[in-house]
Amino acid sequence: MRLGEKITVKLLLACAGISILGIVLIAVFIFKEGWSIIGKTGIIDFLFGDQWAPTNGIYGIFPMILGSIYVTIGALIIGVPIGVGCAIYLAEIAPSRLSAIIKLGVEILAGIPSVIYGLYGMTTIVPIIRNIFNNQGFSILAGSIVLGIMILPTIINISKDSIEAVPKEYKEGSLALGSSHWQAIIKVILPAARSGIVASIMLGMGRAVGETMAVIMITGNSTLIPESILSPVRTLTGNIGIEMGYASGEHQKALFATGIVLFVFIMILNLMAKLMPNKVGE
Amino acid sequence: MNEIKKINNSRIAERMAFSLLWMFSMLTVIVLALIVSDIIIKGLPHISLSFLLEEPRKMGKSGGIFSVIVSTFYIVVLSALFAAPIGVAASVYLTEYAKEGPLLRIIRFGTEALAGVPSIIYGLFGYSFFVVFLGLKYSILSGALTLTLMILPIIVRTSEEAIKAVPRAYKEGSLALGATKLQTIRKIVIPSAMPGILTGLILGIGRVVGESAAVIYTAGSSLGVPKSILRPGRTLSVHLYTLASEGLSTENTYATAVVLIALVFIINFTANTLINKIYIARRR
Repeated sequence: MRLGEKITVKLLLACAGISILGIVLIAVFIFKEGWSIIGKTGIIDFLFGDQWAPTNGIYGIFPMILGSIYVTIGALIIGVPIGVGCAIYLAEIAPSRLSAIIKLGVEILAGIPSVIYGLYGMTTIVPIIRNIFNNQGFSILAGSIVLGIMILPTIINISKDSIEAVPKEYKEGSLALGSSHWQAIIKVILPAARSGIVASIMLGMGRAVGETMAVIMITGNSTLIPESILSPVRTLTGNIGIEMGYASGEHQKALFATGIVLFVFIMILNLMAKLMPNKVGE
Repeated sequence: MNEIKKINNSRIAERMAFSLLWMFSMLTVIVLALIVSDIIIKGLPHISLSFLLEEPRKMGKSGGIFSVIVSTFYIVVLSALFAAPIGVAASVYLTEYAKEGPLLRIIRFGTEALAGVPSIIYGLFGYSFFVVFLGLKYSILSGALTLTLMILPIIVRTSEEAIKAVPRAYKEGSLALGATKLQTIRKIVIPSAMPGILTGLILGIGRVVGESAAVIYTAGSSLGVPKSILRPGRTLSVHLYTLASEGLSTENTYATAVVLIALVFIINFTANTLINKIYIARRR
């Protein structure tokens, strides 16, 4: 190789390395800013303390951890059956013209910015809940519905791909043995595509846990431990998103500490999704 | 008799299951239609040329969104300018030079990890690194640099696929004519992969336009046309968030939402058209 080419290749390598540098810098700066608060409060008190009172220097994020978990579970309860069902329909059943329309819809759904979802949730879904249950409307339920819609594209696209990746022979073998199409789907195709579907659910979960602005706009953001799915709730992301605007000093560091918990949680989720065996049938 | 019953039962089960799946699929489309039509019906009547070209007044309560459009434009252009060359260079390295091994695995891990980081974490990082540590303050530049990292994975992934799809014969032909590997990449590989690369870039731009959590704590949210990239600015998504959460003006909130949705539609439509073109070209 000539010298010029050698330098160019090194430059290309440097560009490829920027993503590594990026993820390392993100981890370093989030931890650097937030770690002191976790150290000072004690990791147990920080994670399981049920009081968040920045003005008194008390930082317990247990209500927010619960908030994130509840809203995410709610989103999965709504999003997984619809998403996986839609994926099966697209991959196995839909006639091509209908399939094209649904795919376009899913793509548009994926492209809608989260503030738009938030606006719709705030002005349509929250009032509906308010009218039915006679409460304030901002609630775990409202958050779950909107997040359930938001994670649909992730679940549909990845599940569909993994269902389509199941070799034709599997299905044909099942049909040849006299099973109906539906039996073939349930007994042969879905088990074979299982790991891809689970991965899609985990990535959807990651999206639900990480969503910020839409959640802030619809869950009510109370720092109390929620009593029911109609209670207002604040998520980890909401905690950061709301208070970053005015926090300073120790309070701000506590928000970075919240970020550490969120970051670690998301990284574990993504790692698990990646470690799912991606070969059919495993 | 029993056999026939069994088959009949399974037919009924199949029909019911398929109807349920059809319902779920329709539900997805209907939900989308409901959301989009709600926004458009409430917002479209308030869209006018003056809304697009006037400065916001009273924190956006009245007036238009001109400065917001300008700030959005600056951030989009700047992050595309940063992310496109880095992303394409990275994907060229990954497809043409990298050998299987630990280094390649680490780079892939980094790209995938970046793609999974939630936007509020980007916001925190951008604030502590670009805004405070590098002293860039709340500015268009801080926002664009943060978003560059955020869209890098999309660009790298789509460019990689586009480059891999360039037929071997193209490269071999060029090399056989005496071109160096680098010349081949520059003159043959990248131009042939261009539609795919552009698609990735456009998808990245779509993400930039829709992003709010990562921008609000890096580019700030001050209204007014930014005089330079070192000044803060408010993007469309951030403006919409502020208007909606502060309940400033229903008309302007929905009108802003319509502009945002229209922009995202145009961006996605362009990307789609490009993707279709690539497919058609490949089939030939």
